[in-house]
Amino acid sequence: MRSTTRRAVRATRLGAVGVAAALVLAACAGDSGTSTDDASGEAGGGEGGGEEVLVFGASADPVVIDGAYVSDGESLRVVRSIFEGLVTTEPGGTEIVPQLATEWEASDDGLEWTFQLREGVTFHDGEPFDAEAVCYNFDRWYNFSGIQQSGNVSYYWQTVMGGYAENEDESLPESLYASCEATGDLEATITLTRPSSTFLSALSLPAFSIASPAALEEYGADEIGGSAEEPQFTGTYGTEHPTGTGPFQFESWERGSQLVLSRNDDYWGDPAIVQTLVFRPIADGPARRQALESGGIDGYDLVDPADVQALEDAGYQILRRPAFNVGYIGFQQTTPPLDNPQIRQAIAHAIDRENIISTNYPEGSTVATQFMPESVFGYAEDVTTYDYDPERARQLIEESGVTDLTIDFWYPTEVSRPYMPDPTANFQLIAEDLEAVGFTVNPIGAPWNPDFLDAALSGGAPMYLLGWTGDFGDPDNFVGTFFQAESPEWGYDNPELRDLLNQAEAETDEDARAELYQEANRIIMDDLPGLPYASTEPALAFRPGVEGFVPSPVQNEDFAVVSVEPAE
Amino acid sequence: MLRFVVRRLLLLVPILLGLSLLLFAWVRALPGGPAQALLGERATPEAVARLNELYGFDRPVLEQYAAYMGRVLQGDLGVSTTTRRPVSEELARLFPATIELTVFALVIAVTLGIALGYVAARRHLTWVDSGAVLFSLIGVTIPVFVLGYILKYAFSVRLGWFPDSGRQDPRIFTDHPTGFYVLDGFLVGRPDVAWDAFLHLVLPAVALATIPLAIIARITRASVLDVVGEDYVRTADAKGLAASTVNRRHVLRNAMLPVVTIIGLQVGLLLAGAVLTETVFAFPGVGSFLVDAITNRDYAVVQGFILVIAVIVVVTNLLVDIAYGLIDPRIRAATMSASPSGGH
Repeated sequence: MRSTTRRAVRATRLGAVGVAAALVLAACAGDSGTSTDDASGEAGGGEGGGEEVLVFGASADPVVIDGAYVSDGESLRVVRSIFEGLVTTEPGGTEIVPQLATEWEASDDGLEWTFQLREGVTFHDGEPFDAEAVCYNFDRWYNFSGIQQSGNVSYYWQTVMGGYAENEDESLPESLYASCEATGDLEATITLTRPSSTFLSALSLPAFSIASPAALEEYGADEIGGSAEEPQFTGTYGTEHPTGTGPFQFESWERGSQLVLSRNDDYWGDPAIVQTLVFRPIADGPARRQALESGGIDGYDLVDPADVQALEDAGYQILRRPAFNVGYIGFQQTTPPLDNPQIRQAIAHAIDRENIISTNYPEGSTVATQFMPESVFGYAEDVTTYDYDPERARQLIEESGVTDLTIDFWYPTEVSRPYMPDPTANFQLIAEDLEAVGFTVNPIGAPWNPDFLDAALSGGAPMYLLGWTGDFGDPDNFVGTFFQAESPEWGYDNPELRDLLNQAEAETDEDARAELYQEANRIIMDDLPGLPYASTEPALAFRPGVEGFVPSPVQNEDFAVVSVEPAE
Repeated sequence: MLRFVVRRLLLLVPILLGLSLLLFAWVRALPGGPAQALLGERATPEAVARLNELYGFDRPVLEQYAAYMGRVLQGDLGVSTTTRRPVSEELARLFPATIELTVFALVIAVTLGIALGYVAARRHLTWVDSGAVLFSLIGVTIPVFVLGYILKYAFSVRLGWFPDSGRQDPRIFTDHPTGFYVLDGFLVGRPDVAWDAFLHLVLPAVALATIPLAIIARITRASVLDVVGEDYVRTADAKGLAASTVNRRHVLRNAMLPVVTIIGLQVGLLLAGAVLTETVFAFPGVGSFLVDAITNRDYAVVQGFILVIAVIVVVTNLLVDIAYGLIDPRIRAATMSASPSGGH
């Protein structure tokens, strides 16, 4: 610390001499390679010695620290460190494991779920965790009213449960949730209105994390002020007093600058290794990288693919989050020639997907064979695959008897998604492949929002590039989102598939469910409503000396197991 | 003088009204809607419609504008759709950071700019002069974000002299009574915190100051050269006045007139530049907030931000005009007599 300060004193005097002098110095600095080593890693102020602090670079500030109200990754990341749910996902995967519930059981009809709760857990405010607290939280969400029922306020509740105790908007469906009862001190029974096994996976979402009822009430968690037109959070719960059971507790939050959490020494499990966890929002990608290089942060998320190699070469650790997205080419089956299955198959054989991945995608990306990533259960190893085979494509076209091979092919411009870093570049390769086997491709580039999305999702685009990043580790969140209801996007409706997906959603036995989804994936890849082609693995970077971070496909990461060695 | 000021103040009303209308229309002409941005790409049309209705985005633009202005006049800039807090509060919270940064940059630009321009003019046609001209040329041309990355790379990543981003070491935890961190450090009795905040300001302020510095240096140089060639300077020199007296009384005072005007204009430039600078240095001020707001189509924030900046710029220009009038009484007289009859 001391030596850093002294160096800084000198620096500032020099800086004050003026920009001209500074620029000259910069030129000199470029020559002297020796100054690099002693400076790297501690310019941000150095390590306090023993006071373990982990500083993580986020891409934005959280919105509010109340899982019930947020759906953005940065808010969820903080919620996950402070709060816990009944269940969570295994480290690095999507399988459901116990958290605040130690075991659970569904009734035979799939309507009643009984959770045995962990003993000896207390909230950060000292209140005991028990079945009453669990039911308090569920009833709170269920009874959301007014602005709380807006889809962008309680997004995940709506996604999973559909509606509320009293739906104020008639377009909302009946709630999946019916009631919660404390059937014992440490036993809570949740009743659903229809069987659903997505329910259990969804409980691992931060939206369903259990908060201290006393704190929720005291600090006005339900106070959303303003008018229906302009909702605003007026209570201080989500900004100053979020209170859960997690390994970290809330300390302070300076919006735009830093959010500080401290170790919960009364944690029921293994306490966190670091004493303090700081989230620093740095919106700009290159700025995040430089913050890591200069020691301002210990690690960050969303590493620019172009930076991965350079950081690795410089000795930083690159961790990869398992792929949880899928990029695909959509076929609109109401439009010829895409209504012909042989033409769709011909397209699948005509496209060199390996080439797209190696040309346009960061390292760690893979060719997708179906409409879900491999890390999600229900992934089928034995779906019909379509190897790159232009000969076979030409043959299929000939057999189909279709002569007009003109296709309007839509792609979004000026947008980058995790599953397609550069849509235009993808389009170019795909169009070339298609033209090589005889198609005439009409390129239609359109701005992502609203033109492109409107056209693709409403069925106005015969062929288009799109994709999906999952919200939670459940197959329903992938194939269910795409195909469970008839959607104008595909112009494809297979009643057998729809039944299968409905049945899979209602099935409460996990193994049986996985089989149903595997079967669904096989049907989908036979029918070929679209061609999945890419899954990407986003990268995180840490400085040497930071150990233990396990990337999770659903971004459910535990900072409590991370250790930090002081930067040298 | 009073009439001059009042008239200039009245002129502000139509300027700001026109600006706010343009702004309102422009923000709404941006592609895509806020609803889709909030709800994600697979939002159902019903959800989008519901949200549009909720926020009033589906009503005619003029109706929305009238409602908006009605509230703005009461000091209500609306609520940010991303942070769900009042825009006025968010701006008030973030402005100290931006003001601290721009004031720091302005001080650098004005002092070094005038010094550099003056020295260059007094050493006209020497290497000092050429160097200054070259420097101001580079300074005006180099974009803030390019310079920002260069400065960071050299002085933070490589040399480690300055922190690379933020306003304060994330490992320091203190209160901030005013939001001006350097000042706050002293207020809470932590000079080390003030020092740390100061160090965080240096690189972004230098990056931000470069363009105005170069402009001010150029104007000062040209202006001093002009004045030096004037008869009254030659007369003063010929009378045998000490060179320092001539410089102070005759050269600098007269040469400062155009420089003051330019400094006033720089305030607008600095605030605009702060948007990029704050992004490059992850400096948590209104600039970074605006960038986020644009990405998220947070209409209320974009409008509120630009409106406040516009008021600042217009008021600064007014102050410059007044300062101008004080330095040179002829200006005041000219403006006063010029208008009622319709000018010359």
